[in-house]
Amino acid sequence: MKSLTVPLSGTSQRRVLRAALTAVSLSVVVALAGCASATQSTSTGAAGFTKAAQDSKATITVWADSTRLPAVQAYQKSHPNAKLNIVTYDGSADGSTYLQTKIQLFDRTGKGWPDVVFASPTDVTWASNPTTPSAQAFAAPVDQLVSSSTIGNFAKGSLTPCEYNGHTYCLRNDIAQVVTWYNKTLFDQFGYTVPTTWEQYQALGAQVAKDHSGYVLGWVGDSNSHESYFWSSQCPAFNLVKPDTLRVALSAPECTRMATLLDSMIANKSISTQASNNADFIKNVAPKVLMAVGPSWYGQYIFNGGFKTPAGQIAAANPMTWSGESSGATGNVGGGVWMISSHSKNLAAATAITEWLTTSDANQGSAPTYPAYTPAAKVWLANPTNSQYFASDVSEAFTTAANEVWTGWSNTKFSDATAWSSVVLPALTAGKTLTETLPAWQAAIVDEAKAVGYTVTTK
Amino acid sequence: MTALNGGGRLTAPAAPSPARRRTPRRRAGLAGYLFVAGYAILLLAFGIFPTVYAIYLALTNDRGQFTGLNQFVKVVQDYRFGPAFTNILIYLVMWLVILVVLTVVVAVILRSRMKPGLSSIFRFLFYIPGALAGVASVLVWLFMLDPGVSPASGLVNALGFGTFSQVIAPQNLPVIFVLIAFWTGAGGWIVVMYGALNNIPDEILEAARMDGAGPWKSAWFIQIPMISKWIAYMTILAFAAGTQLFVEPQLLQSASLGRLNPTWSPNQLAYVLAFQFGDFNGAAAVSIFLLVIGLVGAGILVTRSGLFKADTE
Repeated sequence: MKSLTVPLSGTSQRRVLRAALTAVSLSVVVALAGCASATQSTSTGAAGFTKAAQDSKATITVWADSTRLPAVQAYQKSHPNAKLNIVTYDGSADGSTYLQTKIQLFDRTGKGWPDVVFASPTDVTWASNPTTPSAQAFAAPVDQLVSSSTIGNFAKGSLTPCEYNGHTYCLRNDIAQVVTWYNKTLFDQFGYTVPTTWEQYQALGAQVAKDHSGYVLGWVGDSNSHESYFWSSQCPAFNLVKPDTLRVALSAPECTRMATLLDSMIANKSISTQASNNADFIKNVAPKVLMAVGPSWYGQYIFNGGFKTPAGQIAAANPMTWSGESSGATGNVGGGVWMISSHSKNLAAATAITEWLTTSDANQGSAPTYPAYTPAAKVWLANPTNSQYFASDVSEAFTTAANEVWTGWSNTKFSDATAWSSVVLPALTAGKTLTETLPAWQAAIVDEAKAVGYTVTTK
Repeated sequence: MTALNGGGRLTAPAAPSPARRRTPRRRAGLAGYLFVAGYAILLLAFGIFPTVYAIYLALTNDRGQFTGLNQFVKVVQDYRFGPAFTNILIYLVMWLVILVVLTVVVAVILRSRMKPGLSSIFRFLFYIPGALAGVASVLVWLFMLDPGVSPASGLVNALGFGTFSQVIAPQNLPVIFVLIAFWTGAGGWIVVMYGALNNIPDEILEAARMDGAGPWKSAWFIQIPMISKWIAYMTILAFAAGTQLFVEPQLLQSASLGRLNPTWSPNQLAYVLAFQFGDFNGAAAVSIFLLVIGLVGAGILVTRSGLFKADTE
């Protein structure tokens, strides 16, 4: 620094500069020679976990989304002695990474973790692993906290997203099996029969386009529409063949058949490309929704809450099949989980509220979504508030679909919604077909998968 | 920020003080240091220290080992790096050109072609949106751009957009962000430019008029050259702020339920790397790229415009 203030002649100035540059570049070369790799450490889930010092009087912090907030408040009401600090957050819906962001920070600062969280199944993939080499996996293995008979009572396959390395890291709150929704009043009025196969669905689309233009049989503009349609079609878009190997094969016939079918129905406008929460859609299209392929929560959330369709019109049928296929398969759209923090100072209280939230008839019997805990699901279906909105009994469709959820659509370390929302939906809006967008969708999924460390196969 | 750092560095050589009049000088110096201290401490804590820490992070991995430039190589090879920096480049070019041209033109018109009363009303109106906090202004635009709820839905429809998802198509995003940035930021700059034009002595403009220069000629040959340092100053700050684009795409991303690429801008990429992938080192490398781009941009503008020449004159 000081040498620069000393007056120098032109040539010696240049000499000093040259010497300085040489020194700097030499030191860079020397430094680079001994460089370590820039790749992040890979950490594997620890089987057990080190409990924090337990304090049975410690207040526990519960994070829930606004939909599950009343359930947590109800627990507080029925258990006045429980010390709860209730926090509302986005619940990791629609590919939000808020929870992951926060846990990353808590792991770095070493404090602040919530004791119990409501989250999406995707969150379990990172929560069951340490986020840094020195951290402990956020999610506690619930199989070490909850009795095995309780775990055994969850609906078949509903705890699969919770499982990692032989342990269960979450309890499923609800399942969101995809069923066939239809407006019984309009179907009776128009004299249509409810399709049971996808081919009949497509044919009905052509007929509706001709005879009742403006009416729709569904929409694909939501951030989760691919789960309703492509998951139901058994498209191997997010297929974990090994824990570290993801199969992304959008050229498989199971994907192209759905893309072709939807393209023909988008072309004749019997399927809308708008999002169901769009103000324009709710105003203009919602009253003309004849059918929808969507999860069990569509009834209360979309038709009753969003579209304000009057009670007594909407009914649910079994998932549609492809002609020639004997066994049915359907998709799943969401369905939350509850996780317990491995850092909790009061695991007993955290476990108690988690069990109450996921398995008790008191909570799940009147929950806003279909319970994953089978005994509670029976109570839920028998609860008149869950049935009186519909035109007919939805129990059969719901229970059938709950057992048909295709298991080839895996729970991955990245959200399956990002590529669909940011690549496919804008392309559809721009007038491209699904069939011609499949390669771009595939490329986006592959990029995301590789970025989180999966080996990808596309065959 | 970056511009100010550059300024500090360039003015440093003027520091050596002669030995005479020692006592009064030192007193003045002490008071000066005291006044500067508040800013200097904050600058160290929230400007210099984080920068140094980011450089440290960018040169190491999450095990604390020295990695040389490997983090930079890694993020450049990331599939999201190219698109994010391309997006920000397109946005910056549009934003800076529009900002410079429109604020200067509007300021000149307000100064020379309008009655003072009307001019002050307009300056006030232009400034109002800038008083709205960043997040709120983005929310306002979310409503403005959604044909379903927009008070200007007729206009949005007339431009060929039937739905919100058509409005936020990827190719429209730079325009939307420029609109938001201009609406919130330009008003303040129009006021600043107007003030700069006010500093031009009336005699100069009168002389130009007597020499036969019309309003446009005196604007082009007298007024704009005389406020060129202010224009450079505005460009540096707008450039630095523009490369940091984060709130607008991030909010639009969540408001549209993910119809935007979550790593649209480099800052979003750094955010995703740090908080979603736990890769704070890679995120630091992205931020160092932004720092270097900002410094180089500011350096070019400072040297070309002679922004700090007044110090030595």
